[in-house]
Amino acid sequence: MDIEKRIQELRDRLKYILDIFGPDENANVAMLEAKLGEYVAREPGLPKQEAIRQLETLEELFKFLEKKLERELTPMNKVRIVRHPQRICLKDILENVYDNYTEIGGQDDYSIDPSMLIARAYITRRRGKKVHNQAVMVIGQEKGHGQEFRNGGSVKPWGNAKALHYMKVAETENIPIHTYIFTPGSYPIEDYPGAAQQIAKNLYEMAGLKVPIVAVISEGGSGGAEAIGLADTRIMMSHGYYSVISPEGAAAIEGRLRGGQRADTKLIEHCAKQLKITADDNRANGYIDWKINEPELGARPEHYDFFRKLRKSVISSTDEIVLNVSGLRLFRSIALKRHKGADVYVRWSLNTRAKERLLWTRYMKFRRMAQHAYLDKRHWFNRGSEWTSELFSSLYSYFRYDLFGKQHKKVTELAEDVHAEMQVVVGRSTKLWNAITSRLSFGKDKKDVDKAGLTSLSVWDDGAQNSGKWQYVSPQAKLDRAVPCPNTSVHGCLDQWAPDLFGEWAGVCSFCGHHFPMEYQWYLHNIFDPGSIYELFTEIESTNPLKFEGFDLKLDEAKRKTGHKCGCMTFEARIEGTTVMVAMFMGAFRGGSVGAAEGEKFIRAMERARKKQLPFLSYVHGTAGIRIQEGVNGVIQMPRCTLAVRRYTEAGGLYLVLYDTNSYAGPVASFLGCSPYQFAVRSANIGFAGPGVIKETTGLDIPPNYHNAFQALSRGHIQGIWDRREIRGNLVQSLQTMGGRNLYYR
Amino acid sequence: MIDVKELLRELREEPYEKIVIRAPHSGKVEFVASEPGVRVVGPGGTWKEVPGTLLARLEREQVKRPINAPQKGEVMSLGDVQNGQFVQAGQELMTIRHFLTKEEVIARILRRSLSLFLAPEKGKYYFFPEVDIKIKTKGSQTVHVEDGMELFILSRMKRETSVRYTGPGGIIYAVYFETNDSVDRDAPLIGVCPESQLGQIQEVVSRIQSEWEERD
Repeated sequence: MDIEKRIQELRDRLKYILDIFGPDENANVAMLEAKLGEYVAREPGLPKQEAIRQLETLEELFKFLEKKLERELTPMNKVRIVRHPQRICLKDILENVYDNYTEIGGQDDYSIDPSMLIARAYITRRRGKKVHNQAVMVIGQEKGHGQEFRNGGSVKPWGNAKALHYMKVAETENIPIHTYIFTPGSYPIEDYPGAAQQIAKNLYEMAGLKVPIVAVISEGGSGGAEAIGLADTRIMMSHGYYSVISPEGAAAIEGRLRGGQRADTKLIEHCAKQLKITADDNRANGYIDWKINEPELGARPEHYDFFRKLRKSVISSTDEIVLNVSGLRLFRSIALKRHKGADVYVRWSLNTRAKERLLWTRYMKFRRMAQHAYLDKRHWFNRGSEWTSELFSSLYSYFRYDLFGKQHKKVTELAEDVHAEMQVVVGRSTKLWNAITSRLSFGKDKKDVDKAGLTSLSVWDDGAQNSGKWQYVSPQAKLDRAVPCPNTSVHGCLDQWAPDLFGEWAGVCSFCGHHFPMEYQWYLHNIFDPGSIYELFTEIESTNPLKFEGFDLKLDEAKRKTGHKCGCMTFEARIEGTTVMVAMFMGAFRGGSVGAAEGEKFIRAMERARKKQLPFLSYVHGTAGIRIQEGVNGVIQMPRCTLAVRRYTEAGGLYLVLYDTNSYAGPVASFLGCSPYQFAVRSANIGFAGPGVIKETTGLDIPPNYHNAFQALSRGHIQGIWDRREIRGNLVQSLQTMGGRNLYYR
Repeated sequence: MIDVKELLRELREEPYEKIVIRAPHSGKVEFVASEPGVRVVGPGGTWKEVPGTLLARLEREQVKRPINAPQKGEVMSLGDVQNGQFVQAGQELMTIRHFLTKEEVIARILRRSLSLFLAPEKGKYYFFPEVDIKIKTKGSQTVHVEDGMELFILSRMKRETSVRYTGPGGIIYAVYFETNDSVDRDAPLIGVCPESQLGQIQEVVSRIQSEWEERD
């Protein structure tokens, strides 16, 4: 009976190995298969003692070859490990890492989203005779060892909303948050609150959460991972992966596959290797703080040593975060630095000053990331002079807006109050005086009222449409051809002559109002005051940080075609005399995808706008998402840029976003989607994943116009839809009616 | 009064609907389905977002516009147009034959022989209590309605109003709504026919149900 059990155990181990190594031919795996098969055939005829002896030898062989196979693991093998149903899941962690816990926000399938699991847990620490129960909010995706209702850890928008709700509860209770990332990616649907919109909200709120956050990554799939991944310490399990896209998704893009076609296994393996998704790769790139070593071929629920190691890691990480920002820390800090998991006690609640320091530390941690992933070819002398100029501008900003500005504001507010008080006293006598003077006919010189102006109808064409005279005319207007409107079958639009359509009518169908895509130059010349654009940070250039095969050529082609060094153009410009900082994402440069260079430019522009107290406009001419060829260097821009946005808006800035053409994925799910004032040009499409990806991942059919701007407006993602010809007027209106408390431009 | 038997005979002689495809505007036509007898399908997908079979392309001012099949069927005949010829707007390009299903034949006969009373606004509809009892006990075809008769109670958003029947008098042949279900505006509520025609219609419908042969 005992032998039977042990054989079954070996069979399970072999099956696991076969699952991990998949279709690859491997001599060691073949040997294990053969040896086990031989033993099973031979065993009934052997005497018991001999059978046990041979079984022990076989078990030793398994142990030896598992160690050998561990060294041969490829990135794709690791992807299969984290996706395996035997992989540890969050419930195993709650059972084995924490001393007690209560699941909240739903249980099993009785939950608003069973793929997001929340628990209030505590860790018991004994110091001498004293026992400390330290409370933690545990948040993470739950795969449930393959339970179908968990959706494999793909969280729906409302699941992420639930996570955010309990993060805020933790903030109120002043307890740390431990997040566990077990997701292949977010569930890409746009039902309220919308996948992209909710991830953006989570990132924005996490950027300002005043409690320590520790994230542990097992399977970190892009946006889904970022929704709970913006943390003070990011730990990664050694057999996990953290990537911008699944290797299969990358292979489908690289192989230009459409309509559910499957990519070749070799191409998938190749992409997994190129994307640099393993813990070692991410550690080398600086996107995780450290990795926890797992047992051979990955952690499974029976590996209790691993849970002990994980417990030590999360405790010491939380301790370190708290000690870094609190006052009294000298010896404990040194002890922790010397030995991870050192036996020290740290109280995890923070006081007000420590909370402020925590936010600054978090901001700086992400600010320093991805510096190697873009090119900055400035001479050291230029860098030095620009650094000095930045320093002076920071000092000026501090004196002008913080020191003097705050006093000035106080005096102004006092003067306003005094004036209002005086008005009450003086008002009655002034009224009496006015009544007397009007009776004595002294005040007959009343201003002439423009009666005609007040009583006649205004002509829309006069101002808003610029009378069809534009500063820049699209090259599409030079073609002598008729252009059919895509809405002809619905609205019966007639074909329009290209010179009229793209010239005078600014690419707007005169029958149904459909907006044909226009070049970004049209906006540069027709929205901002002529000659007012001053481009910034032009020296920052996109590169190929992962040495992704063939990408250098594609990048050079994009640079040559557009004349730009990356897909984001940052500049200061004026609109009706008001200076605005603008970040423009150009669809023409690699689909407007966002990589390290684009993110860096965006952050620098945000910092400059904060220092100069300028309103900030993100004009998205088009973005396909995060640039997959840059891997995590790209996806890390989601938290990085969102932190910059948070810092800017907290300082009182006005952050406007205007979407045009197609805007999808990472950028919309982070630094664009977190703006409180988002607008779209008519006929724009906004969303998280395109129709093909939704169909492929969820199996759901999606209706036509699913990503249309009007749908985004209905669910509250954007606040308005603008006609292209009225953008300038609407921006002026927005600058006049919206804005943070510290902007002085009005 | 309509002649139901004559209608049925017409349908038997021509058990299909002819759909004439015309040029939506002038241009040079390029046929794709150019042979009579070619099978075509209409728009598909959950939202009819997948266009039907491509029949032809019409080119004007360097713009090629597709002409797709609006219904399932087969190409019956081509118009008097050659491939690559310039055609005027409205010119006949081809005719598609759509074979009628049982449901479509019955719907046609009922549309011609019944007088439909449509929902004046969106809401839940109920019969007046005395009519309701009669329908439940003896069936709808025992209820006689007259123009101006109070027949329905409309319930919507905590408001209840009575609705009068307007139309020719007769008996209720069919009830098209379910109690407690919301009915959209202009959806049919009941179909009314003259008492004298009731037997005839019932007979025709049952014959179609049993005898009509559907073709793909």
